[in-house]
Amino acid sequence: MRLGGKLLSGAFWLLAALGSQNASGAELLPYTVRNDSVPAPLGGLSGDPRRGRDIVLDRRRGNCLICHSAPVAGEPFQGELGPPLAGVGSRLDAGQIRLRLIDQSRISPRTIMPPYYRIEGLRDVDPAYRDRPALDAQEIEDMVAYLRTLTD
Amino acid sequence: MSRGRALALMVMIASLITPLITPLPTHADPLPSGTGFLSEDLQARQADEAANPGMLWVDEGARLWQSPQGATGASCASCHGDATTSMRGIATRYPAVDATSGALLNLEDRINLCRTRHQKAEPYPYESDPLLGLTAYVARQSLGLPMDVETGGAAAPFYAAGEAFFHRRQGQLNLSCAQCHDDNAGRSLRGDTISHGLGNGYPAYRLEWQSLGSLQRRLRSCSFGVRAVQFDYGSPDYLALELYLAKRAQGVAIETPAIRR
Repeated sequence: MRLGGKLLSGAFWLLAALGSQNASGAELLPYTVRNDSVPAPLGGLSGDPRRGRDIVLDRRRGNCLICHSAPVAGEPFQGELGPPLAGVGSRLDAGQIRLRLIDQSRISPRTIMPPYYRIEGLRDVDPAYRDRPALDAQEIEDMVAYLRTLTD
Repeated sequence: MSRGRALALMVMIASLITPLITPLPTHADPLPSGTGFLSEDLQARQADEAANPGMLWVDEGARLWQSPQGATGASCASCHGDATTSMRGIATRYPAVDATSGALLNLEDRINLCRTRHQKAEPYPYESDPLLGLTAYVARQSLGLPMDVETGGAAAPFYAAGEAFFHRRQGQLNLSCAQCHDDNAGRSLRGDTISHGLGNGYPAYRLEWQSLGSLQRRLRSCSFGVRAVQFDYGSPDYLALELYLAKRAQGVAIETPAIRR
């Protein structure tokens, strides 16, 4: 019994260390939340602001302008549901931006902002998108790098 | 002046000015129809029967209304006569519970049930031109009449299910209907304006489809947008949601076939 309990708790520890995992084997890289921030880059990856800009504008990936405005030329139609992205790089540090992209609902539970790096606790997900996050870790880091450049 | 007369005077003055400062409680105003979010040009096209492309389906529905169907060879008109009188107001009360089966039916379902039960004909598939045409033709007979569905009695559990659906987050983007169509209606989503999510114009001609389409098709588009399961046409989930949306549209005039973006 005692041994079984130890094995069980060990298994839980291992799972936690591996990050979220599910039946299909998809997994998220682990991260640590401190206050309203995830200070360390996901997987230690470094982001590329140029790629990040593409993801922010890409309607099939970030699609950020559906809800936010951003200081981007050639984009006449911009959303007004979320706060403007202009100046976000001055208002928030990289870790704070990272957590807001990963799962804004950890900061404000009733937020309208989708979680871009989460697979748990979602309901009736389209089979084409099931068991994988909306964006991968590299895409999150690229977006963090780009949004940090929006300082004005 | 006696105290009694002074009191009476005060009551009289209060009763005169109270309505001016606090409006009497009335029914909540109907939510605004999605037509208000269209350009003036599109609103004009919707209102003009000769220019509204949805009228092509209505005309086809009018033809089918007179056409013999199924083993009985009966047309809709054989039993219901002139639709302009017999169908007036019908669409305002749908979805509704069928007394015989206890099932919740939208207008499409009711037409198909009439086909199988009375005409001994095959049901039309969802989104087929005949079903869209007949549905639009029947709904058109309620043009301008306010939506007024029953949500109590046998309809109550369906209404509760629809209300729950409307308020629960779903899909990879983790959004509920309410977060857009209640909390952010009227605001911009890129170039579009978020509507209040009323079905009073359906079947509607959507520019995105270049066709008439049912409210169920529109709901599937919404599910697709939040990366959620697109439930089957006529599924219990969407039917219940249709009833909830119809109640949200209480008092809103039917505009079928509306034009929508």
